[in-house]
Amino acid sequence: MTPDPALVSELRSALGADAVLVSAEACTPFECDALNTQRRRPDIVALPRSPEQVMAVLNACRRHATPVVARGAGTGLSGGALPVAGGVLLVMSRLDQIIEIDPARRIARVQPGVTNLEISQAAAPFGLYYAPDPSSQVACTIGGNVAENSGGVHCLKHGLTVHNLLEIRVATIDGEWLTLGSASGEAPGLALLPLFTGSEGMLGVTVEATVQLKPLPERVELVLAAFGDVRRCADAVGRIIATGIVPAGLEMMDAPAIRAAEAFVHCGYPTDAAALLLCELDGLNHDVQRELDAVQALLHDCGATSLRVATGAAERLRMWSGRKSAFPAVGRLAPDYFCMDGTIPRRHLAGVLERIGEMSRAAGLPVANVFHAGDGNLHPLILFDAGQPGEVERAEYLGAEILELCVAVGGTVTGEHGVGVEKLGPMCTQFGADELEAFHALKRAFDPDGLLNPGKAIPTLARCADYGAMRVHGGKLPFSHLPRF
Amino acid sequence: MDRDCTSALVEQVREASVRRVPLRVVGGDTKRFHGRATEGRALETREHGGILRHDPAELVLTARAGTPLAEIEAALASKGQRLPFEPPHFGSGATLGGTVACGLAGPARAWSGPLRDFVLGARVLTGDGRVLRFGGEVMKNVAGYDVARLLAGSLGILGVLLDVSLKVLPRPPGERTLALEMDEATALTRLAELARSALPLSAGSWIDGRAYLRFEGSDATLDEVQRRLGGEVVAESRDFWSGLREQSHPFFAGDAPLWRCTLPPLAPQLSIEGTPLVEWNGLQRWYRCPPGVTAFAAASAVGGHATLFRHAPAGVDVFSPLPPAMLRLHRALKRELDPAGILNPGRMYADL
Ligand SMILES: Cc1cc2nc3c(=O)[nH]c(=O)nc-3n(C[C@H](O)[C@H](O)[C@H](O)COP(=O)(O)OP(=O)(O)OC[C@H]3O[C@@H](n4cnc5c(N)ncnc54)[C@H](O)[C@@H]3O)c2cc1C
Repeated sequence: MTPDPALVSELRSALGADAVLVSAEACTPFECDALNTQRRRPDIVALPRSPEQVMAVLNACRRHATPVVARGAGTGLSGGALPVAGGVLLVMSRLDQIIEIDPARRIARVQPGVTNLEISQAAAPFGLYYAPDPSSQVACTIGGNVAENSGGVHCLKHGLTVHNLLEIRVATIDGEWLTLGSASGEAPGLALLPLFTGSEGMLGVTVEATVQLKPLPERVELVLAAFGDVRRCADAVGRIIATGIVPAGLEMMDAPAIRAAEAFVHCGYPTDAAALLLCELDGLNHDVQRELDAVQALLHDCGATSLRVATGAAERLRMWSGRKSAFPAVGRLAPDYFCMDGTIPRRHLAGVLERIGEMSRAAGLPVANVFHAGDGNLHPLILFDAGQPGEVERAEYLGAEILELCVAVGGTVTGEHGVGVEKLGPMCTQFGADELEAFHALKRAFDPDGLLNPGKAIPTLARCADYGAMRVHGGKLPFSHLPRF
Repeated sequence: MDRDCTSALVEQVREASVRRVPLRVVGGDTKRFHGRATEGRALETREHGGILRHDPAELVLTARAGTPLAEIEAALASKGQRLPFEPPHFGSGATLGGTVACGLAGPARAWSGPLRDFVLGARVLTGDGRVLRFGGEVMKNVAGYDVARLLAGSLGILGVLLDVSLKVLPRPPGERTLALEMDEATALTRLAELARSALPLSAGSWIDGRAYLRFEGSDATLDEVQRRLGGEVVAESRDFWSGLREQSHPFFAGDAPLWRCTLPPLAPQLSIEGTPLVEWNGLQRWYRCPPGVTAFAAASAVGGHATLFRHAPAGVDVFSPLPPAMLRLHRALKRELDPAGILNPGRMYADL
């Protein structure tokens, strides 16, 4: 589609010619996020440098009735930042200033294009850090983290983005500035900050965020436990928590993930294990010692075949490196992979992992599991080759089956990666028509004309009718000619 | 006995919605003083009670809105767990629904986070009689907008809570309260300092020239904290903290208007007559003011907010005013979930 020349010139006069891209060559790098099976080259890319310029873009889009999609670093795994036809892609990466680190108040005030890791790095000299730590933290932006309510390996104890966010400044498509939340954590009126967190760029554009910083713990210990079978490992997760210990991190990997990570970063994982558990404990010296003793005894009791406690910070980081690079490591095993993101009650971990194994064998597509076991947040990685006819559809179908299983045991189709375009279908399994209607109604209150990231996150009822028709037949995708995304 | 009253509640709301009869949503009626006064036929939720699920290893509890808070806390305590935000009851009949709708937290707030942080899911009855389920019983969930957390502190103006799922946490192995003599200004600095240390300060208050510091952890940790900080161990510490939480402390006696100010960390002393009771390491401060005096300006001057918490004259605004764009958004949200405007009208702001 050729971009509207009036809109382009309006944007250029507000942002400067170099900040508005329209050529195919310049726009192509923005055609997808990390869900790279879905691509659409944007017609217009706008690169504002200030909140005022962001507002100018939103005002122009509203006047021209043009849809607008915000984008941070494009590391999203569900197509949230996928451009929409005829729209503007609003890239926030040039708003990259840390406005202040205030160690006395334990807060950081940052622009949305600042990366997650930069905050912790800037806070480190004061003995503080920003707790949510997605594995993509070197690249992903705080604006994207807010939009997805991102988590990391330390969420069970230290919380998700929503738990560590105090205040955001938002530009609305109506041309208004909103301040949601407050530096005290208590604000009058409705709790709009948590409503906005995780709303995938559908309700407004974050132009500034104030986050809570935490003191670095006095002591940190990491235990690596290897298991001869997946069930014992999964059961250990619930047993640790049942004893009253809340580990800072509790992560699990299965054999394919362990081997892939070991081959990729040589972090010393036991490649003959069927599963491993990484259990991190943090806090004050005495408390950590007490928990460390208890966890080791318990893991032993749960049938761990080997236990290793990292001997210092360097070894701890090395032991984590395998987990943190597991996605790219598994990615080397096949031309393509989908990362699923269902969350389930922990008591179903073992059963669901076994069932996923059966589904994987039936579909003829390998699945590796590496995930936030303490949160019950699964990340089955489905390996496939998009070059093989029908394989993308088979992988998508297997993914949908896995997510339906998560819903069936009382869980959700997405724990932290968002719905985007990827999980529009599975959303129909989790929610009924009334809930979906209510979501659309909430969006209307923020965005009456439906210009912000249209078509994402919440499926239309028509879409669900199609999805239902498609799913009842089971087995192979019966309507593979239908555009599912 | 089945205590599920969903269908009766739905029927009452539908009928009220058709006939545009305002409803006053009531749990234990222990927090009637909170927010603006609202007129309307009482919609009683207390009968709709019962704990539906609590599996300690999941760290999740789900209960119907009418379940007494005391019943929930007892069930958790029997498994060595607790509601981390230490909610006030303000009376013996407090229910889960009222607690979540008011969104209030007790002394542990600055340590644990606000009530909404622990809301995982909710079933809600909208003003037009639809029963909707949002969120769930898992730790992480970003499917759809987070309506369950939006309902926390919504004072019942968007919907009637039916069931709520909360994240719960283990109780710490022990706790100890230390008291240290100091003046208000020193206490404000000292509490903020302690809050940014790695010490497990689960509550920090100042009243009548003394700072009260509650720590939690193993005995060894508590001994070490005490060695580092000194001070006097408060023997009846449970009573002290429940006196603050339930506002039975003498500071709260009498019927002078009670103002609650929530402030950014390290906010200076406010330009309000009288000495405050300080909680949450300085983030929450209570003032008794003569009738006619308001704390809104003093709180906003340092970047905070004020609420006329108790003893408000009828008809006055009790919450800090919202900027016009925020108020418009509030109205739009209310219209979408309660189109007839029958649920607790005016409880939060005059025309909501
Ligand atoms: C290897 C890898 C590992 C990952 N590990 C994790 C993990 O451990 N935990 C986890 O939670 N996620 C993880 N992710 C997913 C991803 O990194 C997060 O979702 C991240 O928050 C996205 O940030 P981003 O800046 O890249 O946002 P983008 O992908 O650019 O955008 C994501 C969404 O946010 C919206 N958005 C972006 N900026 C704004 C803004 N300023 N205002 C409004 N809306 C905005 C977009 O419209 C889109 O809907 C991983 C991804 C990869 C590739």
